Amino acid sequence: MDSSAIRTQGLRKVYGQKAAVRGLTLEVQRGEVFGFLGPNGAGKTTSMRMLLGLAAPSEGHARVLGRPAGDVAIRRKIGFLPEHFSFYDWLTATELLRFHGRLYGMSPADLRLRTPALLELVGLTAHAGKRLREFSKGMLQRIGLAQALLNDPELIFLDEPTSGLDPVGRRLVRDVIKAQRERGATVFLNSHLLSEVEITCDRVAFIKHGEVLETRDLRGVRGEAVRISMRARKLTEEAINGLSQWVSSVHLEGERLSFTIAGAEVVPEILRFLLGRGVDIYEVTPLRTSLEELFLQIVGTDGGL
Amino acid sequence: MGAWIMAGVTFREAARKKVLWMALAAGAAFLSLFATGLYFQLKDLRPHTNLILERQGVSALLMVGLYAVDLMAVVMSVLTSVDTLSGELASGTIQAVATKPISRWELLLGKWLGFVGMVTAYVALMVGGITGLTYLLSLHSLGGVLPHHLLRGASLIWLECVLMLSLTFRMGASFSTLTNGVVVLGLHGIAFIGGWIEQAAALTNSPRALNVGIAASLIMPSEALWRRAVFEMQSPILNALGFSPFSAASVPSEYMILYACLYLTLTLALAVRRFSQRDL
Repeated sequence: MDSSAIRTQGLRKVYGQKAAVRGLTLEVQRGEVFGFLGPNGAGKTTSMRMLLGLAAPSEGHARVLGRPAGDVAIRRKIGFLPEHFSFYDWLTATELLRFHGRLYGMSPADLRLRTPALLELVGLTAHAGKRLREFSKGMLQRIGLAQALLNDPELIFLDEPTSGLDPVGRRLVRDVIKAQRERGATVFLNSHLLSEVEITCDRVAFIKHGEVLETRDLRGVRGEAVRISMRARKLTEEAINGLSQWVSSVHLEGERLSFTIAGAEVVPEILRFLLGRGVDIYEVTPLRTSLEELFLQIVGTDGGL
Repeated sequence: MGAWIMAGVTFREAARKKVLWMALAAGAAFLSLFATGLYFQLKDLRPHTNLILERQGVSALLMVGLYAVDLMAVVMSVLTSVDTLSGELASGTIQAVATKPISRWELLLGKWLGFVGMVTAYVALMVGGITGLTYLLSLHSLGGVLPHHLLRGASLIWLECVLMLSLTFRMGASFSTLTNGVVVLGLHGIAFIGGWIEQAAALTNSPRALNVGIAASLIMPSEALWRRAVFEMQSPILNALGFSPFSAASVPSEYMILYACLYLTLTLALAVRRFSQRDL
């Protein structure tokens, strides 16, 4: 079995003269929450559509859960929430879930259990019998999320899942993603909302003009340099010099000492060393580059326009 | 399986659209008007009237009614289904379905079947209604007037509607709603005028004009099916009378019916192919 949930090689999509996606190569591991990050119009949705088999790539190939993208049978294991979910507005919330459940091949007995549970999960129990035409944008997004989870998918595609949602709804999406990760599912998330991605994703790919510029692991700081800022008193010359075995770029200004370390694992040793030399430490802060800074560094301030 | 689920939801969707109920309301109004007219016509029948001639008169009126039914059914087939593919493509609702474990061909054929179900119900209701009313109203005075071969005629009207439906699906897989409607009704217009040219040519013995009419029927065989339906339903005497929309001076042959069936199948196959290949 293919260990990766998604694997693409040189995926390209051209509309007329314009390449919406040019040479997308990426790999998403099973069980990880993968963020696809980029400015509007960077090719995120087009890429997702190719992975889902909604659009045929002009070049390159993609495999999803070990099968070619768009394989009908494998869709049984896939859930998808389109951006701005909408559906036949004459269906009620319950009818919508039943219809999609039947397309997944779920039995009526299964659906009788699953439907109320999902409505509860997305907070629509009180609106189960209401027609979609009476739904607000946020409610549509919620019912869309519910239909994406019907089949306990192994792989879930979420295209800007929090668009149109209030803070409570956004929180719900985060919780759902977390729960899906704990269940062992893979989540592929398109977003331009950095804070959301920062909280939920294990890894992110930055995309601009249809190309992946960089992929970053957000789990911990594994192998990445971290800048530490410290507030301390009774710092001696000897103590500061002794730090050089772990740190570089030491800077001292009043009580504020900052330095760069190769990885977070050396922090306890440094603290033990300093305490052993009689230094009083009041505060230790890792100055992690925020995703926003990273985004601006990688994608640039023009937003890809 | 997926196709049947789609057919079910499409049938229900069509049933919830106002256009179907409006069409049925218009149909009901049409039937009552028709029945009232016929009622007074038969009521004023004088004892010494030539009953055979009167029978032909009622029969002719029935054909006019059936002609109107045919026209309404054709327009209804196009109007109700014109938006089903292009509309869902434009709004993106199709994406939620197309990413489920259902093939594109199942999706399209399912929708098509749903509309076929609706069109079948409409044609049955309207043709049944008008012939039933005519029969009942003429039962006392004329012993009940019925179309000659009712079932054959009704089947041909139905086939014409399904043909229009399939063509609407084919165009809907490529074009926007408005373009689709214009193209399909435009083609029906060609078939319509072609039918008249063919009949006129038959009466004036102009073989070249006749060929023009036949060519039009080959481009779009919808109207030819109606003219064959007339031939089947009308009494042989009226058929011999000649030039009118409800008579068939030049009768489309069985081959034309066969051609229409092939045309329908091919159109539907092309719709499936186009829909399977396109980006959603």
